[in-house]
Amino acid sequence: MNYLDNILFAILLILGIGYFTINVKKLIRNIKLGKDIDRSDRKGERWNNMFMIALGQSKMVKRPVAGFLHVIVYVGFIVINIEVLEIVIDGLFGTHRVFSFMGSFYNVLIGSFEILAVLVLVAVVIFFIRRNIIKLKRFVSSDLKGWPKSDGNIILYFEVVLMSLFLLMNATDFHLQNVAGGFMHFHPAGSFPISQYISALFEGVPNGTVYVIERAAWWLHITGILIFLNYLYFSKHLHILLAFPNTYFANLNPLGKFENLEAVTAEVKMMMDPNADPYAAAPADAVPAKFGASDVEDLNWVQLLNAYTCTECGRCTSVCPANITGKKLSPRKIMMDTRDRLEEVGKNIDANKGVFIPDDKTLLNDYITPEELWACTSCNACVEECPVNISPLSIIMDMRQYLVMEQSAAPMPLNAMMTNIENNGAPWQYNQQDRLNWRDEN
Amino acid sequence: MSENIVVPTMAEMLAQGKQPEVLFWVGCAGSFDDRAKKITKAFVKILNRANVSFAVLGAEESCTGDPAKRAGNEFLFQMQAMMNIEVLNAYEAKKIVTACPHCFNTIKNEYPELGGIYEVVHHTQFLKSLLDEGRLSIEGGKFKGKRITFHDPCYLGRANKVYEAPRDLISKLDAELVEMKRSKANGLCCGAGGAQMFKDAEPGDKEINIERTEEALELKPDFIATGCPFCNTMMTDGVKGKNKEGDVKVMDIAEMIANAEDL
Repeated sequence: MNYLDNILFAILLILGIGYFTINVKKLIRNIKLGKDIDRSDRKGERWNNMFMIALGQSKMVKRPVAGFLHVIVYVGFIVINIEVLEIVIDGLFGTHRVFSFMGSFYNVLIGSFEILAVLVLVAVVIFFIRRNIIKLKRFVSSDLKGWPKSDGNIILYFEVVLMSLFLLMNATDFHLQNVAGGFMHFHPAGSFPISQYISALFEGVPNGTVYVIERAAWWLHITGILIFLNYLYFSKHLHILLAFPNTYFANLNPLGKFENLEAVTAEVKMMMDPNADPYAAAPADAVPAKFGASDVEDLNWVQLLNAYTCTECGRCTSVCPANITGKKLSPRKIMMDTRDRLEEVGKNIDANKGVFIPDDKTLLNDYITPEELWACTSCNACVEECPVNISPLSIIMDMRQYLVMEQSAAPMPLNAMMTNIENNGAPWQYNQQDRLNWRDEN
Repeated sequence: MSENIVVPTMAEMLAQGKQPEVLFWVGCAGSFDDRAKKITKAFVKILNRANVSFAVLGAEESCTGDPAKRAGNEFLFQMQAMMNIEVLNAYEAKKIVTACPHCFNTIKNEYPELGGIYEVVHHTQFLKSLLDEGRLSIEGGKFKGKRITFHDPCYLGRANKVYEAPRDLISKLDAELVEMKRSKANGLCCGAGGAQMFKDAEPGDKEINIERTEEALELKPDFIATGCPFCNTMMTDGVKGKNKEGDVKVMDIAEMIANAEDL
């Protein structure tokens, strides 16, 4: 009978972690649909970025209120996970608070978990108020209509439930530990600065009932954690894992430096080389290069990792000059669209035995319109603002390249500007020979 | 010939067997735009005053390709880049100064991989170094005690993290530097970058330059200082749009320094 619990727990754990693993594999496969880009250089700077920005939350606190609350939830999440380790061991081996051999240090641990749990509860409630009652602009924008709005609230709800179950579990445990003469295996272990007060609720309740509540809270808590773990893949919340690789692989160059397309360099060099044979046949294996991006597989894997990492906080959009002045462009939507399209492509691959069957859709037009792309001033405010170094701008620029170089679909005035550069070396219609006229003008 | 400015070209220098200390990359706006030409001249006057040996490319200069690249035309960008690099390398240019953050960013960051490796500085950085080396001195003059706010150009600030040189210069004018809420890394774009200068804005409820100008005007400044010819145009238009051109002047920092020195 006793072993039934342990076996059930093991099955639950295997299911929970197994399904998550399947989805992580899918995630990695989808990210690898992107084009290759070398981010294996400058390892020291990369580790430093990950340490400072992801682990150290250095960019989060640029907005002090949200940053502070986020740090609480983040620290709570990481620290309380130590407790999850104990729960897993207890569940597998039928022990009770297996880490309690640590004595007074264990008391400190449990005590700090409890205080953190309460702080997390407070922070999450404030987050909920910011989203749903104060309605901060970045949380009520049209980007978040429908599922993304529910997604945000579901995550907050989850955290409230998990923290409450954690405290309830401790409160009942504490009550049973203090039953005169002892109760089953509930030996005194841990200090409960918060839940000792909650346990007052159980005065006079039969021990058996309290025991049932304790077991229920314990099981629901760990089940909830496993459900939450598996919810990540279907939500915007993957950032809790992907922020780390994302900050590691992020661009390290000055923000103003845009990549030079190598395929173009080769062609331009040939055009400018007086010795090049203009009639030379292209190498037999030459694949005609596609310039720019019209769909997710034209983007590089870091851009796709960016898309999965985005947690839709909207800081980028709130600083975007185009968005502030009412244009359709929203950098957050660029990231959400990229992720949604990538998911669609991934599902297509799953449904077709590992092969993508064209579906008459592309990221361009079906998700992101040229109007959004042309509203960007390339000012890098979105990139600077992102707490986890996502670059919406790089996707916008790649898609502009496709519009211009593959479709010749630039807005008319830009075509005129580019014609001028071609003809007379300036974006306006002035003769290049007149470039020094200013010297002699009054 | 007016105002007695001396502007040698690289070709003239080469004919005399000389290599200037620095090549002044004027840029398209600085060469052709009436407002920006004043900035070019102001900067030249300061160079002349400080006896800096410099030269321009003149008719051998061509667009860096920045607006083409930001518009998505990588071909045109690289064509321009490689032509310019050929010219610059032929003159063995080592150090380049420019008053345009877009030229600055492109030559500094995007030319090296294409074979153009130079030390590139923005004119505010160059002026700062002249001051530091004691080759130039600034008196506050007419700017003493005036309220000046600096609008960070995106391609100087966020793109290349140059925030202090322009501010140091303003403080040298004995002026009161007042900061907009969105400044430095958080600076708001003037609306001209990414080739927007050359097209109409997408439909929206406001022009970006108006949004930015309003923010600057809240500070009730006497001057809005700029470090980019395109920002200058956008802010000047914004101030006009708000009918404030009588109260607030938009000036490049080089113009302010030249003006303070009565150059």
